[in-house]
Amino acid sequence: MKCFGFAGNAVLGLCLSSSLLAAPTPERKTELLYLLAQDCGACHGMRLKGGLGPPLLPDALHQWNAEQLAQTILHGRPGTPMPPWSPFMTEQEALWLAQQLKEGISQ
Amino acid sequence: MRLNTFLLLLALLPGSLLADCLQRGTGDMGVIIERASGSVLIIDTSAHEVLSRVEGLGDLSHASVVYSRDERYAYVFGRDGGLTKVDILCGKIVKRVLQGGNSIGGAISQDGKLVAVSNYTPGGVKVFSSDDLSLVADIPATPFKDKHSKTVGLVDAPDQRFVFALYDTGETWILDMTDPAKPALTRFTDTGRLPYDGLITPDGRYYINGLFGEDGLALLDLWHPEKGIRRILDHYGRGEQKLPVYKMPHLEGWAVAGDRAFLPAVGHHEVLVVNMRDWQAAGKIPVHGQPVFVMSRPDGRQLWVNFAFPNNDTVQVIDSETLKVIKTLKTGKGTLHMEFTPRGEEVWISVRDKDEIQVYDTRTMTLKTHFKAQKPSGIFFTDRAHRTGL
Repeated sequence: MKCFGFAGNAVLGLCLSSSLLAAPTPERKTELLYLLAQDCGACHGMRLKGGLGPPLLPDALHQWNAEQLAQTILHGRPGTPMPPWSPFMTEQEALWLAQQLKEGISQ
Repeated sequence: MRLNTFLLLLALLPGSLLADCLQRGTGDMGVIIERASGSVLIIDTSAHEVLSRVEGLGDLSHASVVYSRDERYAYVFGRDGGLTKVDILCGKIVKRVLQGGNSIGGAISQDGKLVAVSNYTPGGVKVFSSDDLSLVADIPATPFKDKHSKTVGLVDAPDQRFVFALYDTGETWILDMTDPAKPALTRFTDTGRLPYDGLITPDGRYYINGLFGEDGLALLDLWHPEKGIRRILDHYGRGEQKLPVYKMPHLEGWAVAGDRAFLPAVGHHEVLVVNMRDWQAAGKIPVHGQPVFVMSRPDGRQLWVNFAFPNNDTVQVIDSETLKVIKTLKTGKGTLHMEFTPRGEEVWISVRDKDEIQVYDTRTMTLKTHFKAQKPSGIFFTDRAHRTGL
């Protein structure tokens, strides 16, 4: 997918699925993984094996692609305890996190 | 000669057998969970000192602890289904079993002989001998989809009972273990949508479930179970926008002061006040964020509250008489748990991101001392051994 020369908010969504997107900085990646283990871990388990929330290991997530997972991270799942995390990360950060989950995060 | 040899052996034996074990009372001891490293610290609450670290307890995210009635053994419930019996005098694991795939705390029976564990996977409750951790009873929860419902809010109750809730199917079960060979179940199927935790009042009479799926709580009078589940604080959030919940509140640290009980609201930045005489709403206290633990100082004079992400760097103290917040402390990010010393002169607070335990004087509400712990979460003092529901 191609992005246009200007990067207005309306266009950002279209750019999301592009592999050309800049990844988070190394510092931010560390922060995101810490958030994942500690705060997502409150429901999904620190080792992502599940708890009140479902497991987030690659096997458990195979039916969704990274874009779909990123949307769930950002907007939550209405009717379940999963809250929207969009106040705390950008769309591309959520996508990066979703990709890490799909690939599996080494413990 | 024989007597001399015997005496010599006697003199040597205890020394060699108990070389690593402390010889002291345990009433001022406790256990702190180090969640990321799968270890626990054994601490002296009088000396503010770490006595030892015990490792090898598996995944301790969301771990909790109950104590044997002699206050010597701590039973640690891990997330990975691990149940570990730790001798706190010797700083050693006595026995460890992997009893389930994914679990969420437990309870010890009135007589101290049985330890029950609440499991998410496979959904249900298992009961073990507190002595050797051998399985005594296996109570699967109601089937839900292709599994069994997760169980939550497991507490001990008088008359050798355990009480817990079924998260997925909205039930409350009483498990009577009077005859360990014949566990007797009483089921209530109208608890409400998604009970996420439970508490029992300090006298062991009332069991309350918090509900995630609706604004209200479910009450069961264990003196009169025939009356069934009663809804209390129905529609407590009426007319208010429900806020996202970044960490589920906990009910285990019950907060009762005088006639009033204090409970965390879900999806509202409030502590709910309920009059225990008639279970009618008696007020709401606006607080800094989504409350996680609302805990009463043992004398009921103050309530200490911590909060969910992103407000988990703060603790607030509420005056139980005026219902006003009287102190806001910035303890640091990842403030996860609080535990009062048995008579309440101190509260110990775990601050995950600072790798620190902070000890506050509750009278002055000021920091008294602090020490290091690796990513600490739950703090559990031995006096819990003699309190129902903890």
